[in-house]
Amino acid sequence: MTATVEPEVGRSRLRKEDARLITGRTRWTDNLTLPGLLHVAFLRSTSAHARIASIDTSAAKTKPGVIAILTGADLAEEQGSLPCAWPITEDMKAPPAPSLAVDTVNFAGEAIAVVIARSKAEAHDALEVIDVDYDELPVVLDLATAIDDADLVHPDLGTNKSALWVFDSAEAGTGSDVEEAIAGAEVLIERTFRQQRLIPSFMEPRSVVVDPTGEQLTVWSSTQIPHILRLMLALTTNTPEHKIRVIAPDVGGGFGGKLQVTPEEVVCLLAAKRLGKPVKWTESRSESLVSAHHGRDQLQKLTLAARRDGTVTGLKVELLADMGAYLRLVTPGVPILGAFMFNAIYKFPAYRFACTNVFTNKTPTDAYRGAGRPEATFAIERLMDELAAELDMDPIAVREQNWIKNDEFPFTTVAGMTYDSGDYEAATARAKELFDYDGLRAEQQERRRRGDVVQLGIGTSTFTEMCGLAPSRVLGSLAYGAGGWEHAAIRMLPSGKVEVVTGSSPHGQGHETAWSQIVADQLGVPFDHIEVLHGDTQISPRGLDTYGSRSLTVGAMAVLKAGEKVIAKARKIAAHLMECAEDDLQFAGGQFTVRGTDKSTGITDVALAVFAAHDLPDGIEPSLDAEATFDPENFSFPHGTHLCATEVDTETGHVKIRKYVCVDDIGKVINPMIVDGQVHGGLAQGLAQALYEEAIHDETGTLTTGTFADYLVPSAVDLPSFVTDRTVSPSTTNALGVKGVGEAGTIASTPAVVNAVIDAVRHLGVRDIPMPCTPMRVWSAIQGASTAESGIRGEAGGGLGSIDTAGGSR
Amino acid sequence: MRITVTVDGIEYADDVEPRQLLVHYLRDKLGKVGTVVGCDTSNCGSCTVHLDGHSVKSCSVLAVQAHGSEVTTIEGLARDGKLHPVQQAFHDNHALQCGFCTPGMIMQSIDLLADNPDPDEAAVRHGLEGNLCRCTGYQNIVKAVRDAAHQMRPGAGPEVERVDEPHVSRTKSQISGGER
Repeated sequence: MTATVEPEVGRSRLRKEDARLITGRTRWTDNLTLPGLLHVAFLRSTSAHARIASIDTSAAKTKPGVIAILTGADLAEEQGSLPCAWPITEDMKAPPAPSLAVDTVNFAGEAIAVVIARSKAEAHDALEVIDVDYDELPVVLDLATAIDDADLVHPDLGTNKSALWVFDSAEAGTGSDVEEAIAGAEVLIERTFRQQRLIPSFMEPRSVVVDPTGEQLTVWSSTQIPHILRLMLALTTNTPEHKIRVIAPDVGGGFGGKLQVTPEEVVCLLAAKRLGKPVKWTESRSESLVSAHHGRDQLQKLTLAARRDGTVTGLKVELLADMGAYLRLVTPGVPILGAFMFNAIYKFPAYRFACTNVFTNKTPTDAYRGAGRPEATFAIERLMDELAAELDMDPIAVREQNWIKNDEFPFTTVAGMTYDSGDYEAATARAKELFDYDGLRAEQQERRRRGDVVQLGIGTSTFTEMCGLAPSRVLGSLAYGAGGWEHAAIRMLPSGKVEVVTGSSPHGQGHETAWSQIVADQLGVPFDHIEVLHGDTQISPRGLDTYGSRSLTVGAMAVLKAGEKVIAKARKIAAHLMECAEDDLQFAGGQFTVRGTDKSTGITDVALAVFAAHDLPDGIEPSLDAEATFDPENFSFPHGTHLCATEVDTETGHVKIRKYVCVDDIGKVINPMIVDGQVHGGLAQGLAQALYEEAIHDETGTLTTGTFADYLVPSAVDLPSFVTDRTVSPSTTNALGVKGVGEAGTIASTPAVVNAVIDAVRHLGVRDIPMPCTPMRVWSAIQGASTAESGIRGEAGGGLGSIDTAGGSR
Repeated sequence: MRITVTVDGIEYADDVEPRQLLVHYLRDKLGKVGTVVGCDTSNCGSCTVHLDGHSVKSCSVLAVQAHGSEVTTIEGLARDGKLHPVQQAFHDNHALQCGFCTPGMIMQSIDLLADNPDPDEAAVRHGLEGNLCRCTGYQNIVKAVRDAAHQMRPGAGPEVERVDEPHVSRTKSQISGGER
């Protein structure tokens, strides 16, 4: 090793993770099989709200291969209540959340019994002959009317309102009174936007295997959160924590959808304990869509006050957020994560946010990529376009007039957040250049002038977000049930190889590669000599897992801190070995060199010397290994400018993305290739919210988008190629200078697309189109039909209408 | 029912239930867990394998329909420790993140390149329409397939993957889901 080796950080290193994944040598949970493995299948409610009058399992028990059938009544004593870790207010109302419904079902798809059989097919055969009698109860589905409490989801609570959470800048002392701003406004923009219900739709269906035959209960689960799951399983089922080991093997995507403690995990654990045999459950896609938690689902009433010159003076946000039937792990807190983001990059002097969390008889909602922040970003970026239209200003100009200038950082916002760094001017200038903003505006004018059937629209989103969850003290102040630190350990092996243990739990993000790059530079060891270990509570004993774009800004910082400790330990020993003072040593490229000499020793040589332990300084333990826990001092605030051009066929309502440019600023970049990949995938999901995806229930509460034929996860044909670029404003709150990237694309893109669709047809009198902007909705809006919330209903498969990359939109 | 089927170059003879899907036969009976199941409506394409040289969604084929046929899965692509050019291109172009859709995506890509050795972007997107990916936004997958096309000129894949047209049965009954 020499000090002149090209740094790993900043290189587009190809991923270590790929070798297994491209050859099929994978370890998905469903791949596992164990001696005597039994298979679990869940019976799910077909009713959205009913008393369970009876469950007759007698016929099912006689079916071939059936070992046991368990109902809610059978598990009532031991199943506990599924955890909700985020009681957002002291008076928050939370119903008991049994893993198997005991006497009442509250959403269609809720688990009510399980069959455990020798094969999966036999378990499903037996499900068919279980007879359930339901006494139907009134179904509460509509968010807007649910708050009237005419019918109740949980009659024992006396209301459908779970909690009201308020932030007011006048009360908090971070700004002035929004009502005064509204009263004195020269311009008021009032809008109601619907954040439709989405389904995370990770590609790997959830799967759980529990083996009770060892000293510990070993749980394999397709989860983002092995560490949190271990603790929560212990608390929920009253099992000693040290008797549970959780392993997240290869996990096929999550996007927040696997940030959960699920009924299925609890029931599999209890079933395995009870039978003394290993059990496995793997869901079907239909089962996943109806029972894994959903995302978004808000009704947003917004009031923006401004002066006629375009200066914003106040923002009032009144939300209704659909919890679904139960509060899952962080359900109540998801909309609250948006509370600090509606003001975005703009200098609002007055701000008020009030969110009412509401129960309905639908699948519970919880985190989905962006969690709270896409909702906020959509609202404010749509409003800024509406303000520009109202004042006949350029949408970018009105934003620039109000955004925080580069020389104003660090900047404390009206929501009380301190943004450490950013350069909105640079990102926007670069985006406009790549986009050919002026050229496309000219083309837009030309098409309008000649009344082209296909109209061009340009949408802007100059987003920011807060991620890198999170400073523990802030989480404490928000009543979250845990901290936001992350843990790491580094083990120096005698042969010079290095093991890095991380509490982050990757499921596609490429941590093994990125962490190796960081450690390779820090310790001066080759990239390939580093193994990153994760996802097993026995290998990685402490951690808070992966979500909220936290892994790099928090998890990798813990790795860096552990590395610093390793170097500090090695320095003492190197000084001893070379008989010099510690202060005389400099460390670079893996070598301790005595200043002013050519005398040096490598850190891997020190590792070997420590292993032998023949000649160590007095009082020094024979180990270089170190661990560290990092608690961030602040969130990170990535930002960027996204520009979208759409071609809207005014005769068919079909939308084609003509061009999508984004320039993101996520601070320093460890691996540009991985970052681009994160952005691409994020954009795809945000764009899918704008154009394709919606979870829809019929009037009885049945999910009608219950398969991938109806719930429109976009295919390759439905998406354009994206132009991505970056500006770099290093974060000042962590030593790596990094900000999160996992959610940025999703948070930013939805309003850019919808703004572009509306911009294409605004001159025809359209000022809003509910998401997803399906051909039917766009066409109806152009026809002048009412497309407010009461307008065109969603329908399964309604977003069909692929972007034809070959032949345009016609 | 007794079937004989060659999977990744090895011939197997097994008794299978008539209702058993090919993908479950591959996974549960043969341990070919590289091929995965992502949906239950044939929309996602995660289970794509080659049946007699053509891609099929193995969730849409009964195991008994594969009787007498040759099946290639993701596990049978690499030769003598060398990756198939499409596998290599997926790695080189960061065309996977979580990797769950990857086996199906690679199998479908090979099939599409066999039909069209030099597809443009639109042809790749259309050729992969039946395979869903939730991580990548498809951008790098498209890039990888086109990169592989350049690497593979003029042929499409290793010897075993090239099946002379006249000898290939493309009847609907044999390759349900792979009809074109």
